[in-house]
Amino acid sequence: MSAERPSERYSRQAMFWAIGPAGQERLRTGSAAVIGCGALGSATVELLARSGVGRITVVDRDFVELSNLQRQVLFDEADAAAGVPKAIAAAQAVKRINSEVAVQPLVADVTPDNVEHIVSEVDVVLDGTDNFETRYLVNDACVKLGVPWIYGGAIGATGMSMTIRPGESPCFRCMFPVSPEPGTMATCDTAGVLASTVVAVAAIQWTEAVKILVGDREHLNPGLVGFDLWSNDHLVTKSSRAPECPCCVQKRFEYLEAQVTSRAASLCGRNAIQVSPGHDLKLDLAAMGRRLASVGPVTSSDFLVRFTVGKHELTIFADGRAIVKGTSDKSVARTLYARYVGT
Amino acid sequence: MQVKLNGEIREIPEGSSVAGLLAHLGVKAQRVAVEVNEAVVTKDRYDGHTLRPGDSVEIVAFVGGG
Repeated sequence: MSAERPSERYSRQAMFWAIGPAGQERLRTGSAAVIGCGALGSATVELLARSGVGRITVVDRDFVELSNLQRQVLFDEADAAAGVPKAIAAAQAVKRINSEVAVQPLVADVTPDNVEHIVSEVDVVLDGTDNFETRYLVNDACVKLGVPWIYGGAIGATGMSMTIRPGESPCFRCMFPVSPEPGTMATCDTAGVLASTVVAVAAIQWTEAVKILVGDREHLNPGLVGFDLWSNDHLVTKSSRAPECPCCVQKRFEYLEAQVTSRAASLCGRNAIQVSPGHDLKLDLAAMGRRLASVGPVTSSDFLVRFTVGKHELTIFADGRAIVKGTSDKSVARTLYARYVGT
Repeated sequence: MQVKLNGEIREIPEGSSVAGLLAHLGVKAQRVAVEVNEAVVTKDRYDGHTLRPGDSVEIVAFVGGG
């Protein structure tokens, strides 16, 4: 494929004034990482794949469930029935949509240990996470390494996005210097979320990513973009950097440098807790499945082992994480993890 | 005095600080970002930043889900 004549597949996109054949070629040789592949992530991954971005990394720690299908556009009933990890299901969908794209799925939690490696290998990062801790971590890594990233958030009918060009535009901590206290913010658990909100935010994120990939920095969003689709409110700010930003000015990467310990986090919208080991693990899932089979019913695949004990269900991944369903109590989840997975 | 708050003209107490405005509106500081005349005001300056008549203030809440 030459830069002068992009394939028929992308002809309508390459016809657009700001892309053109040269821009289309830049997309083909470009790369993006989507961190978190729930609602926002699956919508942006689909757009990136259809538009011909040559290499896409998809990172997600979770597996597909029925309650995801209302808004997580890459997944279907078969994925939910089989409980396929979202990164794997997304990669399979991408291969069906556009076989020209190289997609790399990563079934993992994004941590200080792996985030720099993930973002260093791509031209742009798209936020698909559902929590602030990971966003601050991504912000630290992207600012440190000079990789642009595009924040996106969606709750109810409210959406927001911001494009972060390290050193040029405000970073996430310029706008929001400290993470909100746990439990003080609306989540998709408490406020619900409309598929249209997600798709609208994903549309902004994809468009910003493409501007970056084709090299049109002049038209990037200058600050925060926010809207409420139900109330018809919208907002675009032109923001400047915070003069004393701990991250992009003072270069203190506090989330990146955090001591990593075994963590438990509740999952947005679910009666479930994720327990993570404090360090990199590579579990032998087959051996784990055989061991647990003497205790209770086990199903397993190449990617996970699922095990029911009483009213709880543990889904254990090869990187040592477990999602404990049937409780919102972190100590119960940690106890079950210690008992059946080990610490 | 009058300021432009998220695009609408609003009457607020004379000499309000950003912190005072948030309190007046019943908004919790930790959940929002505040911009005055297109510049971010960081949280440590909410008390010290006095608003002037005609200022354009944007108060934007975090959106977390995804």
